[in-house]
Amino acid sequence: MENNRFELNAQLAQMLKGGVIMDVINPEQAKIAEEAGAVAVMALERVPADIRADGGVSRMSDPEMIAEIQAAVSIPVMAKARIGHFVEAQILEALKVDYIDESEVLTPADEENHIDKSKFSVPFVCGARNLGEAARRIAEGSAMIRTKGEAGTGDVVEAVRHMRQMKKDIKELCALDPEEVMPFCRDNGVPYNVALQVRELGRLPVVNFAAGGIATPADAALMMQLGCDGVFVGSGIFKSGDPALRARAIVKATAYYKDATKVMEASKGLGEPMVGINCSGMAEDEKLAKRGW
Amino acid sequence: MATRNRIGVLDLQGGVLEHINHLQALGLNPVRVKEASQFDDLAGLILPGGESTCLIRLLNIFEIAPKLKEAFADGMKIWGTCAGAILLAKNIEGNNSQLGLMDISIARNAFGFQVDSFNAKVKVPKVSNDEIELTFIRAPKIKELGTNVKALLEIDDYVAAAEDENCLATVFHPELTSSLAFHKYFVQKCGVKVSTDSDEHLSRTSWMKLARITNPSK
Repeated sequence: MENNRFELNAQLAQMLKGGVIMDVINPEQAKIAEEAGAVAVMALERVPADIRADGGVSRMSDPEMIAEIQAAVSIPVMAKARIGHFVEAQILEALKVDYIDESEVLTPADEENHIDKSKFSVPFVCGARNLGEAARRIAEGSAMIRTKGEAGTGDVVEAVRHMRQMKKDIKELCALDPEEVMPFCRDNGVPYNVALQVRELGRLPVVNFAAGGIATPADAALMMQLGCDGVFVGSGIFKSGDPALRARAIVKATAYYKDATKVMEASKGLGEPMVGINCSGMAEDEKLAKRGW
Repeated sequence: MATRNRIGVLDLQGGVLEHINHLQALGLNPVRVKEASQFDDLAGLILPGGESTCLIRLLNIFEIAPKLKEAFADGMKIWGTCAGAILLAKNIEGNNSQLGLMDISIARNAFGFQVDSFNAKVKVPKVSNDEIELTFIRAPKIKELGTNVKALLEIDDYVAAAEDENCLATVFHPELTSSLAFHKYFVQKCGVKVSTDSDEHLSRTSWMKLARITNPSK
């Protein structure tokens, strides 16, 4: 991948800032999402809540189904590949999706290595729980980062934890003396060149979205106030009582995240939210966020 | 009525900070426009790149569009970049027009997929004597111009930049490059003085100083 391509890919992500990316499983949902003001859709066969409920191996979606969604909307279409499954990524690139999410929501195909994303023209987004994970993904060629959170739960607690950790790590790195940077990199698994960029910029060098457990307008505004550049909503919309209404409400709350009156108005009368799973009662080995290395 | 002497950037979604950063580099103190009440003193408004369906949805829900049109009728100039140019167009291929303030026909996402996004370096004589770097991201194409609209830049079968007396439309993103030429051109079109040409080095990441996580004073 030429340097120039990486820049264009990171810049596409910049245009998504302040927006909401929604999980959809068919063209009808994709149109509802676009109409509600989504900046992109994530095309997949099952939303994370169903993946979690169904169990078994979860893989890349049928390319035919992704192509139908591409044909249905004019906003960017993203799709998920398994961690380390570079052939799924090749297929998604051949399909010309706008972004590939190398995602812990699917069953990992490689328990040691992620995809070498620098080989691809199509941009990647990857999940991260802390600066080390984010920086390793960026070094591998990821043009966009998102929190992992805990997908399919409707519980925002893990996304908050990951964003707080990211901020803490960045502040710590920025406050170090130059000679302390290398040990920090060693201890936190941060590639040195990415660490230098983070120190210069005071943030990640690519756009950083919130993902994993966001279910309400208030959740979205919370993640934005914590410093995220935009929001992914997975199961939270189409597993709720009135998806179109909730989708619009989350778009409004994300755009006006600092305006409590507008977030309050957006939160009114939305009907049933998705039925959640409390993350604190969850066994460690049930957590999808543990996937990724 | 207040004097129109400031430049604003519509701050609903998309590449807002990139434009703010470029305007600041010209020594201006731009307004981040989120409310219908903020148009009164604007000499010019930038509609940033982003997703046009999201932008128009928010403009309508929060009743910003009517105020924007009122200010436009009262002399506020508008520059639309990429999605912003789509909002401005009187005619959008395959869709209803949105703000419809500029007599151009535009085709959305006319180059294809993200893998077809690209950079180019060209001369735009009216805007600058130097070559300007242009960045096209899932860009639209301007296909036809009304009688009052002039092309600033034509490439192959389409117009990449056009203007009339009150509007400027670019299908590319000057705010994503190191060049200040188009921002300077628009600010002058609005009758606002550029106070400095910053020699600050602008880059892809310049906007990030406005979106730091650590204390920016450090």
